[in-house]
Amino acid sequence: MLSAFRILASLALFIAPIALADVFPSTYATPSANPLLFQNATILTGDGERLDNASLYVSNGRIEWIGAGTVTPDATVVDAAGKWITPGLIDVHSHLGVYPSPGVAAHSDGNEATAPVTAEVWAEHSIWPQDPGFTRALAGGVTTMQILPGSANLFGGRGVTLKNVPSISYQAMKFPNAPHGLKMACGENPKRVYGNRNQAPSTRMGNVAAYRNAWIKAQRYVDDWDRYERAIAEAAAKKDDSSTSMASALLTTTPPKRDLELETLAGALRGEILVHMHCYRADEMLTILDMAQEFGYRVGTFHHGVEAYKIADQLAAEGVCGALWADWWGFKIEAYDGIQENIALVDRPNGGCAIVHSDSSEGIQRLNQEAAKAMLRGNRAGLSIQPERAIRWITSNAAKSLGIDDQTGSLKPGLMADLVLWNQDPFSVYAKALQVYIDGSLSYEQGNPDLNPQSDFELGQLMGVTP
Amino acid sequence: MRNLFLSVVLLLSSGITSAESLLIANASLIERGSSSDVTHDILISDGVISRIAEDLTETPADNVIDAAGRPVTSAFFAGITALGLTEIGMVSDTVDSQLMDLYTGLIHPEFDVRDAFNPHSSAIPVTRIEGFGYTLLAASPGDRPLSGHGSLVRLDGGYNSFEGVPVMYANVDGAAGDKLGGSRAASWMLLNAIFAELTTPDKDLKLITPQGKSALLAAKKNGIFIFRAHRASDIVRVLAFASEYNLQAVISGGQEAWIVRQPLARAKVPVIINALDNLPQSFDALGARLDNAALLHEAGVTVLFTSGETHNARKLRQVVGNAVAHGLPHKTALAAMTSLPASLFGGIERSLQSGSRADLVIWSGDPLDVTSAADSVIIGGALDTMQSRQTKLLQRYLPEEPNKGRAYINP
Repeated sequence: MLSAFRILASLALFIAPIALADVFPSTYATPSANPLLFQNATILTGDGERLDNASLYVSNGRIEWIGAGTVTPDATVVDAAGKWITPGLIDVHSHLGVYPSPGVAAHSDGNEATAPVTAEVWAEHSIWPQDPGFTRALAGGVTTMQILPGSANLFGGRGVTLKNVPSISYQAMKFPNAPHGLKMACGENPKRVYGNRNQAPSTRMGNVAAYRNAWIKAQRYVDDWDRYERAIAEAAAKKDDSSTSMASALLTTTPPKRDLELETLAGALRGEILVHMHCYRADEMLTILDMAQEFGYRVGTFHHGVEAYKIADQLAAEGVCGALWADWWGFKIEAYDGIQENIALVDRPNGGCAIVHSDSSEGIQRLNQEAAKAMLRGNRAGLSIQPERAIRWITSNAAKSLGIDDQTGSLKPGLMADLVLWNQDPFSVYAKALQVYIDGSLSYEQGNPDLNPQSDFELGQLMGVTP
Repeated sequence: MRNLFLSVVLLLSSGITSAESLLIANASLIERGSSSDVTHDILISDGVISRIAEDLTETPADNVIDAAGRPVTSAFFAGITALGLTEIGMVSDTVDSQLMDLYTGLIHPEFDVRDAFNPHSSAIPVTRIEGFGYTLLAASPGDRPLSGHGSLVRLDGGYNSFEGVPVMYANVDGAAGDKLGGSRAASWMLLNAIFAELTTPDKDLKLITPQGKSALLAAKKNGIFIFRAHRASDIVRVLAFASEYNLQAVISGGQEAWIVRQPLARAKVPVIINALDNLPQSFDALGARLDNAALLHEAGVTVLFTSGETHNARKLRQVVGNAVAHGLPHKTALAAMTSLPASLFGGIERSLQSGSRADLVIWSGDPLDVTSAADSVIIGGALDTMQSRQTKLLQRYLPEEPNKGRAYINP
């Protein structure tokens, strides 16, 4: 029989947002696969190294060793002579599933554009796992991606990190133990969306006021919960008859009311949810960094950052990543100063964390080409950027931005065996992913119909039409 | 008619320095499919290629550039764009490529985007220094089945650098139908009614103005009709319409064109595609696939390319490189980027032979790969300064420790 103490204690755990049970939990199961030995490959490890004519060994879904080591007799041997191996590519900014193909109005689930602060919404609740875009991204070597809400709102909601495995549910794609992201947006989009409705914000100063008001509420929320938990903890710590005082504490101390919006913001203040900030202009990014200091949180990554090159040193000093495009510019005035050297310049300072992101169902298929363009521009500007450095922009730096660099994004012993076998140097328009492995399991193979997943949506379309 | 514009060339000093004669030595002429170990010298005088031979080094020239074996091609076609018709996508008073919500309620094929062309747009040098010499100006789809017309234009900074025949834009895809009473059949209903008015006396016109009638008749006589269509059945419908009214038709979009490549080949109707389209982004494009270009080419259909971008029109090199990666022959792709659009839309000949206009590019490597860029651009025989607003921003922000602040670095 359970004591009152245990019932109440478990009740307390249940109510406390920090100790919330894992809701909408990942059901991703690491697939079983034979051990794998790749031989004679050119390997870009993802964290800055290049190995020529090298071997790599995978077992139990993890990288076992690179270079030399023991191999079990049941290992599948892949001769990678003339081929290149990189970590599986990671896109930190995708709207696959929330703005899927076909892009019909009833599929437009990426922006809860009904209020400027919607930190309570979770992108995962909008994801349509049958978006054919996932399979195309897989063919481009993408093994992990963050699906974000759009940028109509100041606080757009939570983003989710997925493994790119074809599934019925997003839960089965959900990257185990990856932190949530919080999507925030600077600049034109929120003030346009709400200003056009004659409501706040309609200006950049309105944007900042609304962020700060939300953070103030979130701080109070954190304080309320901290105070409550402290009272319970103090009661539990009392030496005399702890179960009685605990029970009385639980009965006399009212827990704060749960609030989904503030739960997300509190998670960001506590550093449990990583902040992903859509921001184009240099001056606005610096304003945001000051605001983060005011409220004691960290901006993990600026997304789009078309002017990030103007403040590359500050970003590096603050340890903030820039998730950027290779060449987009001009589609709106906050994107007017885009230059093709942006990524290379953000990468330049010590501690610089440059990332190539897509924000596009086309771009996510060609992150290698986007990175190649950025590398070329850096080199033509006189920086010396080798493939082993540039690959970080679409692997380890992206993993760091998502808080999963201890799991994937580089080819280090113990990490997930998410990797791509390329037909050549991946930094070329002619490069193709021959094979894509997720947790050591062959998930895609070029030209092999048995290893080209297709979404339910595409099945049986255009009956009778053949190439 | 725009003959006036064809004959007037106003070259601005901005960005392009003129020279009487220029010799490009040791060029690899990949456009001809020559092997890379044989190089040629190209002599340019008065803005025109005057000679190409294996060794012209004895010929006097005011300027000599050593291509050192690098590829040299004609300047590239930037696709169908709004270059010079828009400065910033979301700043509507800088966007002039599209007719929407016009009070007349009529169809206006006479809407001529060239009247809005601004050669000083910052996007033009941004595009030109990436190796692009000309583009086809778009009358972007608005809320009418005919969205107006444009033509080729050189990206040489001239106010009147237009070339070629009138190019009329018709929109018959699902998106167009949605704006026309809810059915793509309404596009055809209106197009049939409009074309019936070509034989109607001016005073009895209902859907178009007399000026619109003239513009349509001119385009019908010697121009091109570009039909925006993706779905195979829509493309087949275009072929029937073009045949009925005896139009020179071109399909743009064409994501399912590969399905009807045999009828397209028989009708000799070219297709302009974005070779990156491989998703069923709409129900018009369920058949989108990466080897669309290769399949069309194999069937004998002429393929051209556009990226759908204006500011990032320079991305077209990558778009076409991907078509090559998915089966289109490299030489065919290069022709689609150089000589073919000019000849299709009636522009000045652009090929590497004497007598051709000297709009040329020296590339650092394969111009269709993301690993290369334009090293030098020559427009009308003059070397481009290779400067744009973006190169100036780079020069301002490249120095690591500016002395007095970056606003004082004015390259």
